Amino acid sequence: MKDHFTMDSPQPRLLDETKQGVIGTPMDRPDGPRKVSGTADYTADHAPDGMAHGVLVRATIARGRITGMDRDTVLGIDGVIDVITDPRMIRNPAQGMAGSAPVQTGDEVHYHGQPIALVVAETFEAARDAAQRLTVHYHAEAAAVSPETTPDTETDDPVTAGDFDSSWSAAEVQIDRAYTTPSQAAAAMEPHAAIADWQGDHVTLRSALQMVRFNKAELADTLGIDPSKVRILAPFVGGGFGSKLGLGPEAAAAAIAAQKLGRPVRVVMTRQTVFDTVLRRSETAQRVRLGATKDGRITAISHDDRVSNIDGEGFAEPVSQASQFLYGADGLSFTQTVARIAATPAGSVRAPGEAVGMLAFEAAIDELADALGMDPLELRLKNLPEKHPIDGRPYSARRLADCLTEGAARFGWADRWQAGTRREGDWLIGIGMASAARSNMLVKSSARVRLTGDQAIVETDMTDIGTGTYAILAQITAEMLGLPAANVTVRLGDSDLPGASGSGGSFGANSAGSAVFLAARKLRAEIAERLGCDAEGLTLQNGQARGDNREAALTELVSEEILAEATIQKGKTAKSHFSSGFGAHFAEVAVNEWTGEIRVRRMLGVMSMGRILNEKTARSQALGGMIWGIGAALTEEMQSDPRDGHIVTRDLANYHVPAHADVPGDMQVVFLEERDDWANPIQTKGIGELGISGAGAAVINAISHATSKRAYDYPVLPDRMVALLEG
Amino acid sequence: MKTYLSVNAKSYAVEHDPRRTLLDTLRDDLGLPGTKKGCDHGQCGACTILLNGERVNACLCLTAMHDGDEITTIEGIGSPELLSELQKAFVEKDGYQCGFCTPGQIMSATALLQEIANGAPSYVSDDLDSAALTDAEIAERMSGNLCRCSAYPLIREAIAMAAEGKE
Ligand code: FES
Ligand code: FES
Repeated sequence: MKDHFTMDSPQPRLLDETKQGVIGTPMDRPDGPRKVSGTADYTADHAPDGMAHGVLVRATIARGRITGMDRDTVLGIDGVIDVITDPRMIRNPAQGMAGSAPVQTGDEVHYHGQPIALVVAETFEAARDAAQRLTVHYHAEAAAVSPETTPDTETDDPVTAGDFDSSWSAAEVQIDRAYTTPSQAAAAMEPHAAIADWQGDHVTLRSALQMVRFNKAELADTLGIDPSKVRILAPFVGGGFGSKLGLGPEAAAAAIAAQKLGRPVRVVMTRQTVFDTVLRRSETAQRVRLGATKDGRITAISHDDRVSNIDGEGFAEPVSQASQFLYGADGLSFTQTVARIAATPAGSVRAPGEAVGMLAFEAAIDELADALGMDPLELRLKNLPEKHPIDGRPYSARRLADCLTEGAARFGWADRWQAGTRREGDWLIGIGMASAARSNMLVKSSARVRLTGDQAIVETDMTDIGTGTYAILAQITAEMLGLPAANVTVRLGDSDLPGASGSGGSFGANSAGSAVFLAARKLRAEIAERLGCDAEGLTLQNGQARGDNREAALTELVSEEILAEATIQKGKTAKSHFSSGFGAHFAEVAVNEWTGEIRVRRMLGVMSMGRILNEKTARSQALGGMIWGIGAALTEEMQSDPRDGHIVTRDLANYHVPAHADVPGDMQVVFLEERDDWANPIQTKGIGELGISGAGAAVINAISHATSKRAYDYPVLPDRMVALLEG
Repeated sequence: MKTYLSVNAKSYAVEHDPRRTLLDTLRDDLGLPGTKKGCDHGQCGACTILLNGERVNACLCLTAMHDGDEITTIEGIGSPELLSELQKAFVEKDGYQCGFCTPGQIMSATALLQEIANGAPSYVSDDLDSAALTDAEIAERMSGNLCRCSAYPLIREAIAMAAEGKE
């Protein structure tokens, strides 16, 4: 039984009718006991018999050609097997959903830190030693490494609606500000890793990857073999945040080396290599212009930006994405410039666009409220558009106003004091808020559900990168088939299983979840037929089927396995309606007036993001995003050398992800009930990225409220804060 | 070279490269991959183990320097079928997401509870002779364990919950 479904019209809310009562509940993750006992198997936990160890060698020039390598000196080291270079090796990880090989450079170097060879040895120690000792000779060329000064830039046609220029010049109140954000790293705790093993002309690759269906095609294309000869396994992935969307250089190198040597090869990136070569989030330079009438109607919105990437990568951080649909105006204009530089390539990092664009945009809204002498909450509420300001689509479901007002009430926003007037000893105290928005998508996904008696198995190549996929797919299946969730086994992360969207863009739960839902719905129809009732009249609960005055146990009705496979893809609703998650973030900070240290004291996020499939894992995702907001506002900054572009902050001691002590205990998340009928048949929206979108801006705005000073360069590190306080 | 270790109350004689870290010995030589490698530089805490009862970063320990030492890893704390109170609390509170930092968090928290019971103060303790199990105290003592999924508030709730159960 195969079902192919296109999302052309809103679908009935079947998950509100089913009787098992497991959907939405804060169920513990079924994979939890393995994670807490150290028995969940991540890629590098495997060590197949006969395995050799590979360590990547990095280029130490920004651009040029490799003219030679002193292989012999390292081949003499005890245990070293080979120094492998190969034209099939890849320059950088594939972009998300590429499905084809990334740039393959042969002997060319395109950025400092590019992997250029793999040293393979019997032990990790020997491979590491040799990789560090290997002398490489280059013919270096001049390269532009700075986005500010590179002559090579491309500017897109602006995205516009109405007439920005005339609205702007006519505006009674204007805000015109420039902002900067630095490059950021995903810095998933599991370093990128791969183990390749060949059986004849078939390769099995274990690798830390988010999108197995696409990764399979990427590896096949990289190696120049048929995709049917590739199998990818990623049952557990130690965090991704975009950095594992695409096949990486370690995977290509492991596959090439394993084939050449005829034995399994494991390549785990060192943390430094992760920083050097995994796609970074681009730094941004932004300009926000807001025009309004004196009574607070926004009339002009412009958000222009400059980001960077290396030649050959089409990705550009979509900085103004949310600015294009949050508020309405008579004239809107958004222009992006991409600077081409010879530096670590840029790609998707959690909430590409919103994560940094909303820092600036929502800070500008806050500043506009100040200029108008208006409460920033009221300014936002007053300017919510009827429909998408650029393309006129209606919103599918949008409870932004409710999130703002509910959040304000819960946070105590009404007690807000005048900026710069509250202190506790050396600490200046302030509160801030921001809207949250992250657009929602549906990506083609397939899944299979098998049922034998009252035991079900779900199969898809979907991944769980910490997002809770194992839990929610069990819950959807259990709900649809009327089973306790413990009776459902979920198999993920194997390219031999039906291909899903993968984890990215917050679309995984919607897409893979809908495919599982549709497959289970097929099984419901089969069960109804066996029972002798209509599918609509069927009730399934705790392994019992009821309908039309009949009743039977699933163990009787389904004594032998039945299975159904379903595929979903987006359709007309994606064009007719605009779907996005919305929310509101609130933060309270304390700023030390002498040291510039900034402590977040509490945060609240109120979000409407469609149906919540698991209240517990959804909360975790939202909290995680909010803490990323703290990182973007206060701690995270990648720095590179202006001479050759090499990343200086290439470890976790120099790139500061938030730690326990940076995060207050009082972090609240509230979900407002919502169903997005236009999004997909389970009425869900993405969760993983909404939490970060706008969260950092709430912190930034709280800093302004505490100090009466506005920061425009993020993160607001203590030295920047001190300079502002002294200024 | 050869080093004798006791790991999770089992004795091992390990033949190893002199440059080998305790972390790689545990993961690759002894088949105990529950202890994770997040940075190999003492910067993330994913490799936290108990060495003679105290928490250390296994990536910063050379195996050769630990002849005769007693080590406890996450595998020695509990199994999926028989979880410790702390492990159960992490599951119940969702004190993780991807789970990669989790063994390190749990090993660190196991030691933390003992340190507090022993009355060892930290930078944020009000009293030098004893320490209360406040959220600030837990946050301070857990700050060597990074979690990029940022499960921090829930990790701390889990630790507090397990500690309460103990009292
Ligand atoms: S792996 Fe030891 S501290 Fe990171
Ligand atoms: S759970 Fe993913 S890093 Fe902590």
